[in-house]
Amino acid sequence: MQIQVNGESRVVSKDLSLPELLVSLEIPPDRIAIELNERVIRRAEWSKAVLQEGDKVEIVYFVGGGTNN
Amino acid sequence: MSTVAQALTDQLVIGDRTFRSRLIIGTGKYRTHDEMKAAHRASGAEMVTVAVRRVPLDRSSESFLDHLDPSLQILPNTAGCYSATEAVRTARLAREALHTDLIKLEVIGDQTTLFPDNEQTLEAARTLVDEGFVVLPYFSDDLIMAKKLLDAGCPAVMPLAAPIGSGLGIQNAANLRIMREQMPDAVIIVDAGVGTASDAAIAMELGADAVLMNTAIAEARDPAKMAAAMKLAIDAGRLAFLAGRMPKRLYASASSPLTGVVR
Repeated sequence: MQIQVNGESRVVSKDLSLPELLVSLEIPPDRIAIELNERVIRRAEWSKAVLQEGDKVEIVYFVGGGTNN
Repeated sequence: MSTVAQALTDQLVIGDRTFRSRLIIGTGKYRTHDEMKAAHRASGAEMVTVAVRRVPLDRSSESFLDHLDPSLQILPNTAGCYSATEAVRTARLAREALHTDLIKLEVIGDQTTLFPDNEQTLEAARTLVDEGFVVLPYFSDDLIMAKKLLDAGCPAVMPLAAPIGSGLGIQNAANLRIMREQMPDAVIIVDAGVGTASDAAIAMELGADAVLMNTAIAEARDPAKMAAAMKLAIDAGRLAFLAGRMPKRLYASASSPLTGVVR
């Protein structure tokens, strides 16, 4: 099925959970946050969140920045 | 303890957090992580700001936070957001990732100037305060806007001194003075525009409670040296503000007694 991750189209297997998505993308799970369809999913709820066709996922981390980006 | 040290024990209070250092610095634009770390150490800052971005999907992500001293308070920001909606989403993500309720709220209105969109900033501030965030908003150096942000529940306000990254210094000293005089109890943090140490000292002399800066340190030829200079300037400016400056006069005023002069 097709989903959007950070604005990019991705084909992933059906019924993928968020931790499984992170593993497939090789993204370390520390100090990141995930939004599913514009709603933040708490870390404790990640494994319960099962992705559906057309879902929009945002995965963010932190980068150097000041008052200018 | 020396008088100077005593005078400098007054702490910066933001909500229920206290800081000895009145310098808050950024983490962007450094040439290397080591250069950034050296500057952070030299600055004595206890709080640094970081930006929230999408994780790259090309397996190139590394944790930037690993390069920060773990004792530093991390202040996530919403830099790059152009609407209240984007800023609120970014703040929620930052809180979830870092387990901190602190957020430096930035809603930009224009790419060339990076001036804040004050209307969107206020809207986002209200939403985030309602959600329990400790909101530190970047905004135009305007008294009325500052009052609205404080009324919205922000524990501090962060007026710009000049455009972000411009290094132009304090462009409107009168506005800072007015804000200080009209809001004597407000925490005012000058955010953006400082170019060198004297700019930071002037901001503090005008009564700012703290200064947040990034480019002035990161783009200096020697960032650690500039960070050390900023630390001294912040302390000097704070002391001068607490000491209370003499009035300016157009004409001379003799320092020596006028009587008993040998004729």
